[in-house]
Amino acid sequence: MDLIGLRHEIFVARWTLLSGFTTTMEVSVLVIIIGTIFGLLLGLGLTYGNRPLRWLIRAYVDIIRGIPALVLIFFAYYATSLIGLNVSPFGAGVFALGAFATAHIGELTRGAVQSIPQAQTDAAKSIGLGFWKRLAYAILPQALRRMLPSWVNIASEMVKGSTLLSLIGVLDLLLAAQQAIARSFLIIEFYMALMIVYFVINFTISRIGAVVERRMAYVRF
Amino acid sequence: MSDTAPLLTARDVHKRYGALEVLKGIDLDVSRGEVVALIGSSGSGKTTFLRCVNMLEEYHEGAITLDGEQIGYRGAGSGRKRIAERLIVAQRARIGIVFQSYNLFPHLTAEENVTLGLTKVLGKSKAEAKDIAAAWLERVGLADRRGHYPYQLSGGQQQRVAIARAVAAEPKLMLFDEVTSALDPELVGEVLEVMRGLASSGMTMIVVSHEMLFVSAVATRVVFMEQGRVAETGPPDELFRHPKSERLKSFLGRFHQVFR
Repeated sequence: MDLIGLRHEIFVARWTLLSGFTTTMEVSVLVIIIGTIFGLLLGLGLTYGNRPLRWLIRAYVDIIRGIPALVLIFFAYYATSLIGLNVSPFGAGVFALGAFATAHIGELTRGAVQSIPQAQTDAAKSIGLGFWKRLAYAILPQALRRMLPSWVNIASEMVKGSTLLSLIGVLDLLLAAQQAIARSFLIIEFYMALMIVYFVINFTISRIGAVVERRMAYVRF
Repeated sequence: MSDTAPLLTARDVHKRYGALEVLKGIDLDVSRGEVVALIGSSGSGKTTFLRCVNMLEEYHEGAITLDGEQIGYRGAGSGRKRIAERLIVAQRARIGIVFQSYNLFPHLTAEENVTLGLTKVLGKSKAEAKDIAAAWLERVGLADRRGHYPYQLSGGQQQRVAIARAVAAEPKLMLFDEVTSALDPELVGEVLEVMRGLASSGMTMIVVSHEMLFVSAVATRVVFMEQGRVAETGPPDELFRHPKSERLKSFLGRFHQVFR
């Protein structure tokens, strides 16, 4: 293994690699934020919406969850250009991955909210809380805690999923590294380095998740 | 509304689950300061009726009114309509209920369980809500437990917090739904003691209970329910000593050790 060569090549390609890393982080953060906001809304719609709304969301969630993320990404990329929309690969990729994360977090939210016993809703009603206040102060604080471990899991899947965007030409960390490999042929070295970087990102996410979980351990049922 | 009019009236209240009719025309008046005990075997509709009073369950015919205002609906017969959710929410805020399984919010401390409704429903300031919570937690004997989470409390303590949560909002009417049934026998007394205190302070209460000693000591009136109807009603002494119907006699027979 040529570690000195790797150091040199990393130095040569430092700006590309740094920009790739930034892109990976941007994609990940955006996708997680989009997926969380819309996923929560969809999950609430699945739980409390009227029949047509539930049916609509259910169809969306089931269809999207049944399609590989990569296919969604290609579709979003080519479909937008076919209908004449000038969307960057970055935009199409974030859109597709965001839609993917939304479906998963939507289903996760539904499960968590429905797992809170009806008795909790009764209690919240009985002290005079209206629908949104019941959600905000009684149901969601409990449901979000139950969601946390799976949410961390999805977040980390999205970081890993961001590498798929390299296939539509988004210059993320993976593509930046591949370009450096094409120049230097330090294949094993660069992929090892990549593995370490992705691992560190995801390990950090899971540690943060574990800390938050521990802080919330006082909620027991 | 004059003070002599009943606080709560129920007229011909019907409730169905599909084809099964669980309330078959309940008539009941509760005056201010009264403690009405609902007794009867399980499935007689006591809990369902209680839950209809604050619209945790819908009722399908008849009317329940609190202070002359119909709960949950307006109009009658075919013109009967459910009122807006926001109005129902406001009605519920005037009625307190304590459940068999306590139903405290597990993510909130004892104190926060009590203050939540005070701040978010009644719009009181945090400081005022804390004062009220402190006073009620003290009154139910839990002044030193206000920072504890429900899982850190015994069943009896949780139930006393639940009572404090319900009464802190100064409801006009308190409903108690078999509040000691889930408790270990040695914890029943502390909860009944709190309820006794509330009753003697003049709180209007409807109590579903199998604690016949408590009922006979505290209730001003006992209502025996049977298959979704009020079968017999009267002061506890009279009802327990001279039950008229065979049904009530056989029901009370199950508690014979209490009345020995």
